[in-house]
Amino acid sequence: MNYVYFVPLFPLIGFLINGLLALARKSYSDGKHPLKSLVSWIGCTSVGLSFLASIAIFFELLALPAGERVVQKIAFPWILSGKFHIDVGFLLDPLSSVMILVVSGVGFFIHVYSTGYMAEDKGYARYFSYLNLFTFFMLMLVLSNNFLLLYVGWEGVGLCSYLLIGFWYEKKSAADAGKKAFIVNRIGDFGFALGVMLIFWTFGSLNFSHVFENAPHVLALGGGLVTAITLLLFLGAIGKSAQIPLYIWLPDAMEGPTPVSALIHAATMVTAGVYMVARCHALFLLAPVTMGVVAVIGAATAIYAASIGLVQNDIKRVLAYSTISQLGYMFLACGVGAFTAGIFHLMTHAFFKALLFLAAGSVMHALAGELNMQKMGGLKKYIPITFWCFLAGTLAISGIPLFSGFFSKDEILWKAFSSPHGHFLLWLIGVATAALTAFYMFRLFFMTFLGKSRMDPQVESHVHESPKSMTIPLMVLAVLSVIGGYSGIPHSLGGSNRFEGFLSSVFEHGHSETQAAAYHAVSTEYLLMIISIVVVVIGILVAHRFYIQNLNIPKRLAIKYKFPYRVLFNKYYVDELYAIANGIASVVKGLGVLIRKTQTGYLRNYALSLIFGAMLILVYYIFR
Amino acid sequence: MLDTWILTILTFFPLLGVLVLLLIDRGRHDAIKAIAFIVSLLNAIFSLYIYFNFTSESSVMQFSVNKAWIESLGISYHLGIDGISLFLVLLTTFLTPLAILSSWSAITEKVKGYYISMLFLETGMIGVFVSLDLFLFYVFWEVMLIPMYFLIGIWGGPRRIYATVKFVLFTMTGSLLMLVAILVLYFMNHSFTGTYTFNLLEIIKLPIPLGAQFWLFFAFALAFAIKVPMFPFHTWLPDAHVEAPTAGSVILAGVLLKMGTYGFLRFCLPLFPNTFIDYGLLFSVLAIIGIIYGAIVCIRQEDVKSLVAFSSVSHLGFVMLGLFALNIQGMEGGILQMINHGISTGALFLIVGMIYERRHTRLIADFGGVSKKMPVFAAFFMIVTLSSIGLPGTNGFVGEFTILLGTFKSNVVYAVLGAVGIILAAIYMLWMYQRTMFGKITKPENENLKDLNLREKIVLIPLILAIFWIGIYPKPFFNKMEPSVKNLIENAQTKYEKNQLIEKGLTIDSQQIKLMKHME
Repeated sequence: MNYVYFVPLFPLIGFLINGLLALARKSYSDGKHPLKSLVSWIGCTSVGLSFLASIAIFFELLALPAGERVVQKIAFPWILSGKFHIDVGFLLDPLSSVMILVVSGVGFFIHVYSTGYMAEDKGYARYFSYLNLFTFFMLMLVLSNNFLLLYVGWEGVGLCSYLLIGFWYEKKSAADAGKKAFIVNRIGDFGFALGVMLIFWTFGSLNFSHVFENAPHVLALGGGLVTAITLLLFLGAIGKSAQIPLYIWLPDAMEGPTPVSALIHAATMVTAGVYMVARCHALFLLAPVTMGVVAVIGAATAIYAASIGLVQNDIKRVLAYSTISQLGYMFLACGVGAFTAGIFHLMTHAFFKALLFLAAGSVMHALAGELNMQKMGGLKKYIPITFWCFLAGTLAISGIPLFSGFFSKDEILWKAFSSPHGHFLLWLIGVATAALTAFYMFRLFFMTFLGKSRMDPQVESHVHESPKSMTIPLMVLAVLSVIGGYSGIPHSLGGSNRFEGFLSSVFEHGHSETQAAAYHAVSTEYLLMIISIVVVVIGILVAHRFYIQNLNIPKRLAIKYKFPYRVLFNKYYVDELYAIANGIASVVKGLGVLIRKTQTGYLRNYALSLIFGAMLILVYYIFR
Repeated sequence: MLDTWILTILTFFPLLGVLVLLLIDRGRHDAIKAIAFIVSLLNAIFSLYIYFNFTSESSVMQFSVNKAWIESLGISYHLGIDGISLFLVLLTTFLTPLAILSSWSAITEKVKGYYISMLFLETGMIGVFVSLDLFLFYVFWEVMLIPMYFLIGIWGGPRRIYATVKFVLFTMTGSLLMLVAILVLYFMNHSFTGTYTFNLLEIIKLPIPLGAQFWLFFAFALAFAIKVPMFPFHTWLPDAHVEAPTAGSVILAGVLLKMGTYGFLRFCLPLFPNTFIDYGLLFSVLAIIGIIYGAIVCIRQEDVKSLVAFSSVSHLGFVMLGLFALNIQGMEGGILQMINHGISTGALFLIVGMIYERRHTRLIADFGGVSKKMPVFAAFFMIVTLSSIGLPGTNGFVGEFTILLGTFKSNVVYAVLGAVGIILAAIYMLWMYQRTMFGKITKPENENLKDLNLREKIVLIPLILAIFWIGIYPKPFFNKMEPSVKNLIENAQTKYEKNQLIEKGLTIDSQQIKLMKHME
């Protein structure tokens, strides 16, 4: 278990070396410079080694009896102020071991893919140093044994996200998007930090095991204190995991390089909120109100973002809204107490969404950076590997039986219906979202790969399949997207749900609660399963009719239902709404100007205001 | 042996350097620079002695020396440090050589006078932090003004005279009242105990009546609040900063402002605990106004240097908020944040100075796309920016979080409002960074910018290392300050209650107080 230190350490070392290399040379756009090979080698190897260490840890943990799979390792004491005592310490349990496997594993393949995708970029070394740094912080986040160290990782990944979204900083839109992401996240973090302080003064500690073990004794079930704590923590999750109303930064985050979108804004960082809620399930289960809020926000975000995805034409934006929607599913799962299902979906989503983004990157690579689906079509024959991989991802996210997304999504839908925290309406929204998801994903798939080409002839003549460094990671992730769900085949389908079994020691409490759902007949579970398969198939068929058979239908519909179409196309005008909010912010800024005007530089004005202020204070103390 | 001498050495060694400089021909610039730098560097090395030999477990004054100076008036040469002043002394000894090194190419006129002022300033600053005699303290406090006056007034920007006059007027107003208060304490001590002394450790034992506490407290507090500067006494600061030469700003922000916060801890709280605690609300509210107001003003600044200056108002607001939380976390966070602010804002001023030397402008609009031409500079600037906005892993986070944690305990609303300041900090700093460093190069002048040279890297690297050291392993800092802080809070609270009892009880004559003092 001592390798645990190496898991974050390797990427940190990778960051330091690559960071120095980035400063050593102005441009890395030249072909095969030895330093450039060194950058690739260090960038990938560091994450690969930490993946190997994670595998070793996983098997060591598996060898322990189920009840003893919790290991804490303290590296060194960090902050010691009075009784405020925080260690840099790691917690290894089934939950964190799954997370480090996903982060370092998917991360490794995305690093490899990047060596091809970013090969021509001047900032090649800078890119890999940021990517390594991100991996380091993300691993710290999921390995931390206390709230404050988790917060370090939490803000650290936010920093890397900021740096990578704004990677092409000469583009104003990129720099703006990075700043937006950072500031919106800080609003969420504001709540998170206050929640952490409240936890400290309630428990006298920020150590996970101490807090969670004492929570039932210290906090009353449904009490105001635990509700406040969990709502504050959840505010942080809303920011980081892009839920309503703080999701607005994620679509803009697509300004960053595509592998970054795959790694940070799909597979790992944005799932940190889900991880955090799952990690704190002992607190959340004590606050039914918060659970309700989590489930409702999750469900609402799921269908809301999916509906926007229906009409977007930018391939990365569709995937971005899809990510927001899928994160909503994960919160829906957490909100109904099905934490295992949430983490299960987190894992399968990491596989298929990373795959979809990387495949989209491969499409962009083939089309010289084109993002607009209206200018694609018929790509199947040009880039067959990308085509097949993308198909695997699309089937997985749509929830076609036997693909990974099917098992995890169905688990969530079933729990949304059957759990004591669940509700019929939550299930209904979930199913409706599934139908929308199938539709927009196949729309994307059809418009990109099938049908007639709508490409510019000039672009079309240069279309080419991506190099091996990109296609091999695609194929690996495609395989994972197909088989990734087999670790969690539900009992009702004759599986043993080993994923749930492995995590059960972490979620014992939540588990026993959802066990109460067992009185639902297996036949109900089959029925719901069939319904969700049917709506998904309908979604696909509609997409097929619209975008393969009769291309005029969507155009006619857009004209006929002009208002709803415009609303969806313009993403419910929320950006404009926030612009109004920004207007209010500029009023504040105007206030700043006013205040600055008071800084006139004339001593007599200062003297006057000094006297005035002193009088006010005096009056206050006389009459209080 | 060295223990009793080390503080004297640290205080007066720079003055020795001044004497040497006086003997050197004014034209020999290189020799003058070298001597000034070596003297301040040696002093920094000497100061390691107090770091490594400081006893963490103790709250009493260490390395202390107490010799009669003007015996007939009860004035003594009394020096000593505890866990509170230790780091401020170290901050001074480490920032001074960096500030001197940063002036290498920026100061080309009246070189000799400049470096003499810098070394003289160091003596004054260290003297303030180590004095335990009120008279001696006051001497250093005032002496320090002189070199600062010259630094801004001679080597400053176009509006330097205005800025200097304002700076001196503000500071003098405060310190005059403080002088009166010091004298009142001196005579009060005589009337209680029958002896004349300026010894702080003796005067602290006086049970000062609440009415007198009120006036004396505010006389001291005004001097310190101006120095911090607290809202609404901050108006001298942006002018002084904008006009001061880079090194002047570094020292001003890095060390001088801390004398205000230090004063609250060393004098106001132990001497007048009742007023300090009862009127804490006023100061906490002013601190919060400072945090938010400072940040909002920052958003609209067009000049990088005045942005950094206003951000000091915001950051020092955090320090004050922590001190007035009156618990261990708030106070330790506050002390740590004094150090952090010295490092981060010091570094920011150095960075602004480096870009100013290249472009002779500090307007944000004149930059843009700089990071393409100056990647190393951009990396350093980014790290310092992140430290300034309190990103975890840097020093700013440890300080701010500990402060807010302490504040949260004493008043949730203050903590929430303070935390808003952290969001605002991200807005103004990142926006400024984006406008100067990112984007395309729009001004042809920026096409030929040269990245940092070796000397500039040497100036910044120690500060970068300190940012991460305190961010990742702040334990030695907390360990060393904890006993002193604990002792300070406990003493203040017992004294607070005792004074209240005295106030409520029947007349207590001085005889009884003497008795009480014996019992202690």
